[in-house]
Amino acid sequence: MSLKDKLTELQQHGLADIQKSSDLKDVNQIRVSLLGKKGPITEVLRGMRDLDAEERPKVGAFANEVRDTLTTALAKRREELEAAVLNARLAKETLDVTLPGTPVAKGEPHVIQQIIDQIEDLFLGMGYQVLSGPEVEEDKYNFEMMNLPKNHPARDMQDTFYITKEILMRTQTSPMQARTLEKHDFSQGPLKMISPGVVYRRDTDDPTHSHQFHQVEGLVIDKHVTMADLKGTLQVLAHELFGDKFDVRLRPSYFPFTEPSVEADITCFNCGGKGCNVCKNTGWIEVLGAGMVHPNVLKMAGVDPDVYGGFAFGVGPDRFAMLKYGVDDIRNFYLNDVRFLTQFTKKG
Amino acid sequence: MNISYNWIKEYLDLDVSAADLAEKIERTSVEVDSVTRPADGLKKVVVGHVNAMEAHPDSDHLHICEVDVGDDQPSQIVCGAPNIAAGQNVIVALPGSRIGGNVKIKRSKMRGVESDGMICSLQEIGFSEDVVPKEYADGIYVLPADATPGEPVFHILGMDDSLIDLDVTPNRGDMLSLNGTLRDLAAIYDKPVTLDQPAVKETGDAIADQLTLHVDDQLSPQYRMRLVRNIQIKPSPMWLQVRLWNAGMRPINNVVDVTNYIMLKYGQPLHAFDYDKFSGQDVYVRTAQAGEKLTTLDENDHELDPTDIVIADSQAPIALAGVMGGLSTAISDQTTTVAIEAAVFESVHIRKAAQRHHLHTDASQRFERGVNQAGVQDALDAAAQMLDELAAGTVQTGTAVGSNRVPEPAVIPLTLTHVNAVLGMDLSMERVTHILETLGFTVAVAGDQLTVTVPIRRNDIHIPADLLEEIARIYGYDNIPATLPTGRMTQGRLTAAQRLMRATRHSLEGLGLNQAISYALTTEDKAKMFLMRPSEVTKLAWPMSVDHAVLRMNMVTGLLDDIAYNTARKVKDVALYEQGRVFYREDGTDRPSEEEHIAGAVTGTLMPEAWDQAAKPVDFYQVKGMVEAYLQDMAVNGDVTYVPNADMPEMHPGRTADILVHGHRIGYLGQVHPTIAKRFKIGATYVFELNLQAIIDMPKQENQYDVISRYPAITRDIAMLVADDVTNEQVVNLIEKRGGAYLQSVKLFDVYAGVKVPKGKKSLAYTLTYQDKHATLVDDAVNQAFDKVSHRLQDELGAEIR
Ligand SMILES: [Zn+2]
Repeated sequence: MSLKDKLTELQQHGLADIQKSSDLKDVNQIRVSLLGKKGPITEVLRGMRDLDAEERPKVGAFANEVRDTLTTALAKRREELEAAVLNARLAKETLDVTLPGTPVAKGEPHVIQQIIDQIEDLFLGMGYQVLSGPEVEEDKYNFEMMNLPKNHPARDMQDTFYITKEILMRTQTSPMQARTLEKHDFSQGPLKMISPGVVYRRDTDDPTHSHQFHQVEGLVIDKHVTMADLKGTLQVLAHELFGDKFDVRLRPSYFPFTEPSVEADITCFNCGGKGCNVCKNTGWIEVLGAGMVHPNVLKMAGVDPDVYGGFAFGVGPDRFAMLKYGVDDIRNFYLNDVRFLTQFTKKG
Repeated sequence: MNISYNWIKEYLDLDVSAADLAEKIERTSVEVDSVTRPADGLKKVVVGHVNAMEAHPDSDHLHICEVDVGDDQPSQIVCGAPNIAAGQNVIVALPGSRIGGNVKIKRSKMRGVESDGMICSLQEIGFSEDVVPKEYADGIYVLPADATPGEPVFHILGMDDSLIDLDVTPNRGDMLSLNGTLRDLAAIYDKPVTLDQPAVKETGDAIADQLTLHVDDQLSPQYRMRLVRNIQIKPSPMWLQVRLWNAGMRPINNVVDVTNYIMLKYGQPLHAFDYDKFSGQDVYVRTAQAGEKLTTLDENDHELDPTDIVIADSQAPIALAGVMGGLSTAISDQTTTVAIEAAVFESVHIRKAAQRHHLHTDASQRFERGVNQAGVQDALDAAAQMLDELAAGTVQTGTAVGSNRVPEPAVIPLTLTHVNAVLGMDLSMERVTHILETLGFTVAVAGDQLTVTVPIRRNDIHIPADLLEEIARIYGYDNIPATLPTGRMTQGRLTAAQRLMRATRHSLEGLGLNQAISYALTTEDKAKMFLMRPSEVTKLAWPMSVDHAVLRMNMVTGLLDDIAYNTARKVKDVALYEQGRVFYREDGTDRPSEEEHIAGAVTGTLMPEAWDQAAKPVDFYQVKGMVEAYLQDMAVNGDVTYVPNADMPEMHPGRTADILVHGHRIGYLGQVHPTIAKRFKIGATYVFELNLQAIIDMPKQENQYDVISRYPAITRDIAMLVADDVTNEQVVNLIEKRGGAYLQSVKLFDVYAGVKVPKGKKSLAYTLTYQDKHATLVDDAVNQAFDKVSHRLQDELGAEIR
């Protein structure tokens, strides 16, 4: 048998053994027995001394080729076996990924706060300031400067928590209108403000009444502010809070501090305007009051109504939240049942 | 107020359904609460003529009636009403009919006798108890003699009318009448309307010889009376009764009904007195005198107030002016001479009287809003005319006039430019003029200028803005475009305080607390708890309930109320925070100051039990961790220290710390005293409250980049035994003070006070981290510093290093 034949046979047997090996120990043994110092290839190479000078390099090159082939095959087999070991371990580590994640402590903003923040952000983007006034107000700012003198019949419409004859819990956030109008320097630009906050009415708490609730009052005073601007502004607000599909319509109403006064309705959530029992078959739901600021309000705050004018609106975040989320009892907002609070996540 | 669709159609040629009309009114003038058609839901309810009747053999009150219901054969109907009689026309619900309350009527047997339906009362077909004439209140209703058997009753009873319930705003007193509504509708639909003009026949003697009025015209700017003699009191005709009950009023007799009818039509309340009951011929309009009393028509006695306006004869008050008449001069079946009053009373007096005596009547409601001061005589004449026609009365000649101060009509200047500038529209002068004229206003135009004369009946219109509303609503709000304000740009930004308040909320939510909004009005007891500074309470003068009578002076009790609410509903784990105001008042002032506070309360566990983690009940250090993290978020500039406070009565004396920033107390934290927790019916609860305003006002650290050292840090652990009363703060302060230039941080990693340490001692263990920002630190330097600190701890705190 020629050396070359011997080598060829060695390669064939070696590759077969490598293929048959089943663990890393086997692979190691095969490596030592084939390629080791006492291994058959070394032996073959030792036999080269007997070859002639012409044959020697050819057989030498072939022997190297065989060694490389076997080395590569060993490495490949080793990798295969290592991967199999790893895979077996990973298989053992498999988890039930449907088990619940470990709870983390997290808190949610109050649903009313979310609505107020949303309104604030909308109006900040349109160049309004956010102003908050005192919750304990003077009769003067809460009523008189809102064109509600002491004997005005509309004072019956808002039952008030008085502290003394002149001091009361504000029934609306509109006192900030008067307070701001008094101070605003119109030479520095128009007045555009919203005033969010808690207000109080002398009511017995039940599913639709609360002695404490929230209001966001809006006011824009400049030289050329129109009723069309009011309508457009309310439309933007409705779109922001409820979605672009919602339409706004205005109806005549009466507030002592605005003239003309309007009530704004938006498309019914429940039926999309087709008419249902939520909207009493009108397709519309009343959401807020608004109007063009009454000249007396401007005059009393020292603003010339012949030069300046504008609009005001009052939004009830409680009512919005009730409509938007179908909350059927306003008291939920103030009793703070955790199961209620955590229903409204901060998705923005 | 219910306004009748049929009545409106008698005057206005409208081709719209009642629902559409109501919608139009709501969109253009006042809110509509409902539209109802009384006959809706009812069927097969017809006129029956009782041909004959006999007693039921097995009953002492039932009758077997033979009733003609328009069929070939009469029906047999059993009836139990006490007032049933042969010859009457009655309301019959036929078999298969539906009556009020959605009740179905079937052919039935009553005590063995067949009954082909039911003879009905008005209540049974849906009438309110309040409008049924007294004589039919306890029995069946008897229809007019000319009704045809078999004909549906709905038309006869006015039940086929549609009633539009107007919710009239306080400014639109004119809409509390048919005439006022008609005038508005005429403008809305742009159609002409002609209202009735009274034509009274005066056939009696001169009134001046029979009646003299003495009126204080400050109380009653207009006061008029007519006298009608030879009155025959009887029920009103059917059409009149229908008008009244459809407006929600009970028909009484022809005289009273006429006054109510005129009020519905003209909006002018009238009152009818029995003239013969007057003491003398003089009638006075004055304020009540001290001690005077009056029994009103509803038979209630009233102590009169000196600001009440009364109508009086020479002896005593006979009516509470503008509110309700007196019983002593009331119309009765024996009345033959009627004095009818038409007047205007000062609205403020009327409002106060109605409130004081709890008498909110149709009359007071109208006087409060103001009646048509130009229509007082018309209403009076129309009433006299009707008493002539319906009660055979003889109208005495002339009107007694006690006062006659009629205001001048308002004349308002306006420019077209202004109209379009405010409404944001481009209306023509013709359009504007036309709208105002259809409302009955007189308009004079000169160039851009309009001069508008407003009829006296529209007492809500005084200034140009009022006219703008009229123009806008009649033109239609839907036709106004939607734009946004133009003009100079303004900057919309939150103030630093507002930003910090938002950051506060976000921080606390990130720390696991849910935002609560609790009631700011509480009990006096709760208001005074957990006080962070001395303050007087602020009480409501007239609270609605004791639970909400005093302004809060702390935030924590509100949160404890919330926890109690949750606890009562078996919600054990509650973690809340609230941002809001507390109200502190100085003695001698009325108005409290308002301070922004932030508070938190946790009970149960912050991290709920789960399959892979055990529940850990909330403790002092968890809540302290929140406060620390929050104050870190707010970057308050200055050392934050926690000082034990054993003196807050509502707090656990050993588990409460004041929170100091730079030595100033800004709040506290700790465990609620168990007796207080028990009072609130809640479990162990940890709370904190901080003066948020103080945090807002404090200087803050600016965020600035601090180079992160490239050189490795070296740590050394030190464990020591110290006496129980040595605090962590003492140890840390000492280490920080004596730790050397390279000490970066000191971190406590173990506290132990168990069996393995001697009594009175505890074991504390810290990791000290050393780092040189500019070079690699050598062990020697660290060892030296560490040894120095160890010695200091031994010397100064008696620590035993282990
Ligand atoms: Zn709907």
